[in-house]
Amino acid sequence: MNSFTYHRATAVADAVREQSGRPDAAYIGGGTNLIDLMKENVARPTHLVSVGKLPLSDIENLPDGGLRLGATATNADTAWHEEVKSRYPLLNQAILAGASPQLRNMATNGGNLMQRTRCYYFYDLATPCNKREPGSGCSAIGGYNRVCGILGTSDSCIATHPSDMCVALAALAPTVRVSGPNGERSIAFDDFHRLPGNQPEKDNTLEPGELIVSLDLPAKGFEKNFSYLKLRDRSSYAFALVSVAAALELDGNTIRDARLALGGVAHKPWRDQEAENLLKGQPATVETFARAAAKVLENAQGHGSNDFKIELAKRAIVRALKQAVEGSQTASDVFLNSNP
Amino acid sequence: MSTTNHIGKPTSRVDGPAKVTGTARYAAEYAVPDLTYGWVISSPIAKGKITKIHADEVLALPGVLQVFSHENVPSLAWFDRSYKDQVAPGGSPFRPLHDNEIKFSQQPVALVVAENFELARYAASLLRIEYEQEKHETSLETKREDGFEPGRGKTGYMPPPPPRGNPDKAWEEAPHRMEAEYVHGAQHHNPMELFATTAEWRGEGKITAYDKTQGVYNVQQYLTKIFGLKKDDCRVVNEYMGGGFGSGLRPQYSVFLAVMAALELKRSVRLTLTRQQMFSFGHRPHTLQYLKLATNADGTLAALQHHALHETSRFEDYTENVVNWSGMLYQCDNVKLGYQLAKLDVYTPLDMRAPGAATGSIGLEIAMDEMAYEAGLDPLEFRLRNYAERDQNQDKPFSSKKLRECYHQGAAKFGWDKRTQAPGSMRDKDGKLIGWGIGGGVWDATQQKSAAKASITADGHLTVSSAAGENGTGTYTIMTQIAAETLGLPIEAVTFKLGDTDLPEAPLQGGSWTAASVGTAVKNTCEALGEKLLKLAQKLDDSPLKGAKLEDVEFVNGQIRLRSDASQAVVLRDVLQASGETKVEADSSAMPNMLKQQQYSLHSHNIVFAEVKVDEELGTVHVTRVVNAVAAGRILNLKTARSQVLGSVVWGISMALMEETVMDHKFGRYMNHNYAEYHVPVNADIHDIDVLFVEEEDDIVNPLGVKGIGEVGMLGVAAAITNAVFHATGKRVRDLPVMIDKLL
Repeated sequence: MNSFTYHRATAVADAVREQSGRPDAAYIGGGTNLIDLMKENVARPTHLVSVGKLPLSDIENLPDGGLRLGATATNADTAWHEEVKSRYPLLNQAILAGASPQLRNMATNGGNLMQRTRCYYFYDLATPCNKREPGSGCSAIGGYNRVCGILGTSDSCIATHPSDMCVALAALAPTVRVSGPNGERSIAFDDFHRLPGNQPEKDNTLEPGELIVSLDLPAKGFEKNFSYLKLRDRSSYAFALVSVAAALELDGNTIRDARLALGGVAHKPWRDQEAENLLKGQPATVETFARAAAKVLENAQGHGSNDFKIELAKRAIVRALKQAVEGSQTASDVFLNSNP
Repeated sequence: MSTTNHIGKPTSRVDGPAKVTGTARYAAEYAVPDLTYGWVISSPIAKGKITKIHADEVLALPGVLQVFSHENVPSLAWFDRSYKDQVAPGGSPFRPLHDNEIKFSQQPVALVVAENFELARYAASLLRIEYEQEKHETSLETKREDGFEPGRGKTGYMPPPPPRGNPDKAWEEAPHRMEAEYVHGAQHHNPMELFATTAEWRGEGKITAYDKTQGVYNVQQYLTKIFGLKKDDCRVVNEYMGGGFGSGLRPQYSVFLAVMAALELKRSVRLTLTRQQMFSFGHRPHTLQYLKLATNADGTLAALQHHALHETSRFEDYTENVVNWSGMLYQCDNVKLGYQLAKLDVYTPLDMRAPGAATGSIGLEIAMDEMAYEAGLDPLEFRLRNYAERDQNQDKPFSSKKLRECYHQGAAKFGWDKRTQAPGSMRDKDGKLIGWGIGGGVWDATQQKSAAKASITADGHLTVSSAAGENGTGTYTIMTQIAAETLGLPIEAVTFKLGDTDLPEAPLQGGSWTAASVGTAVKNTCEALGEKLLKLAQKLDDSPLKGAKLEDVEFVNGQIRLRSDASQAVVLRDVLQASGETKVEADSSAMPNMLKQQQYSLHSHNIVFAEVKVDEELGTVHVTRVVNAVAAGRILNLKTARSQVLGSVVWGISMALMEETVMDHKFGRYMNHNYAEYHVPVNADIHDIDVLFVEEEDDIVNPLGVKGIGEVGMLGVAAAITNAVFHATGKRVRDLPVMIDKLL
């Protein structure tokens, strides 16, 4: 671990000022990912600007009927917030499918967006990794890539974004409000994270020094027909091999509106609007779901140890959409013992 | 009525309060004055040479005391034998910082010692080391043809018995046949507690090493031979361990480095490995198993072949008994067993809970399931038809064996009779596939030489000690029970001490032999003390015990009384107070009775019934019920014994469904070397587990009649689950773990 200085920001402007012109500085919220990265020498910031005490932890209704999630509200407080539970239960379920209660108590909403990939090679300094050290090469391509992506990958990186919360957010399509040296701006959620291309070191479209201040959810929460299905190698405390956030608006058996986003498959939470269009106006049947699933995976490419994700994702999409129609509350694959 | 019959009772852990209140101290927690801190640097390459270490850059930092490497390591013992510990395999043990050769990825290449932990870690991150890389070989798959039969280098290893009958011919002629290969990858012990040593420097040439180890005497012997220390000047202590599972059987490089640095710097040194480094010193080896079984029309086994090939390092021939069990678990007259190693550029594998048997029972018990299906038999019925009444490997009767009772009681508890044989024929109310499978195994009942000391003070408090280990198994508790019962005392009146080379010698904490070995020594020692107490009692005026021999009296309820007339009794505390002695002491030891034992085969057995539920679309598997029926002699403590078997089942679920250390052969390096990606079960993965003990009376194994339960509970769990997955889905997975992708 490197030596570093620490500043507890008192206001957003103060935080931004501390960062500006210092590419070696980093914001720290709950620290549940950054501290790990520092211990492993993957991240070596020399200046930490703590944003945990900024007055950004409120969750409040917006005039347009939406809901504002403060950037420093914890994942736990967000998941269990009454408005989130009742109006955006998909988000509640996705957050609770991730990490552990201890981590969710520390992790912030802004930090959740900012967490870095869990690719094995990114974490191990003994191996090349373009995301960690641009130009050094991608070890996951041709290596062990069970956790890696099948969609939107590039020749320089096949890493995935590890968040569960962000998969639900991709489906719910909030705006990300950020503040930076040049003032405030809003970024559509789908534009926040980026694909690796030839710059895998860049996870998102934030400009240097910009700080997330809130996530503004639109009014529509798909609170009746939704599902977050997470498939992983154990029942808890494991990153998704594939996860699916499915949200539907039904009129009888006809799909009026649909949202479909995947986790564990790409460098960003993977929302597929073409697939959503294949669902809209169609009967809510397994055949419809299968067509949408095929569309999502149309250009998927496996890399060896993650080839299975293509078929798994198709099946998971169909299952999640079925669960959404049933109004099933199944958050994930957490298994409830039927023989108590 | 006796209130001091403790053996067999579910006594709660006597060390429980110390553990939950934090007063129990672990190797990295001992406060010693003037402490310095070490940080190990590990090799990024699997094979090659260190060409340059830029130590000067790091030594310039104020507070950095030294950078140890092969360039400045002190002159130490020369011969390999000095580095051989009690369970070292054949070959040439790894010597940390010995030269510039890199033999495996994550090899320790340097040690930074600094005035504080943060500085040591920071300095280590700055240290530049240059390497010259050479081509490594780490894939067992490429070494299939390069196997060799190892020698008897390692304690406890038995080469497979010679073939019997004509297995090839019998296989050809039998009506039902199967052959298949089974594979599992490397697995690492991953105890919660990291390996650590606090090496306290007590003046020139004097060291106390608080070390994470399953054998303080083993470490003491290792250190004294390498560093030329006198035994009296080299004390090794381990009072508590946060899990071992075999990882602490051999002295690890952490203790070598901490002690070396302390002697050189003449300062105390603490060294804790990182979680990543926990993947650098031994593992259950990646193993390929080939089984070939045949069955007669009447369901009896016609032929059995079991061959195994597993990895070892370039420098040591690690061995474990993988296939031998297959020659004794079932009755079969045509048997051939084979066992080979292949050398790779990895660290030497290391005994890991039920070494060999956990592996072998995967191959044998899945093959038995396949064979049962081929022969059209229920898997349990198939095992009953092939019940071994004798150990055919040694041609000896078992000292005791209640495996048949385990089969029956386990089946009844599980409800096996409701099983339908066809794969995919059972579903739950939600439509999920249900699968039921079984698997089991056999493990050695062993006793090792062990010594103990007992001391009772005038207030009637008994302290018994032996340098045994407690890695969470319940040693403190069962030894306290044995001592308390032997001298008729309440549990609270007894203290058991362990894990210290100042105490009488005990064997390594492994092999499921601690209860038998140390337990017998404790019993003998307390009986020796009892004899002294009886003599003192007889000196009392009007003693009702005058003229009584030891066998005429019993120690019960704090009294010594005549067996023939319980009213003729003296109170122990009165005896002690009247004697005028401040304390009375005895020491003794115990050895296995070889003469009695050599005519018998001494083994514990088990059978596991597992239920899985499978989502056939998504490939997810959940183990919803397990019944593990164990016959392991007498059970000393139902609670701690049950806990051991519960832990075994959890680990078996892990082996079956999750656990594997994955190597990227491009780097010759384990890539999922952390707790996030090396998956073991979480609470949500664990459902109903039932443990049944079918007790056996056995005075041949040892006077206590115990066989040990540290390992037997693990056997067959992974196979039972894998067999259950087949029963549910019709998919026969032969490479573990059974993860989602294998069921799609």
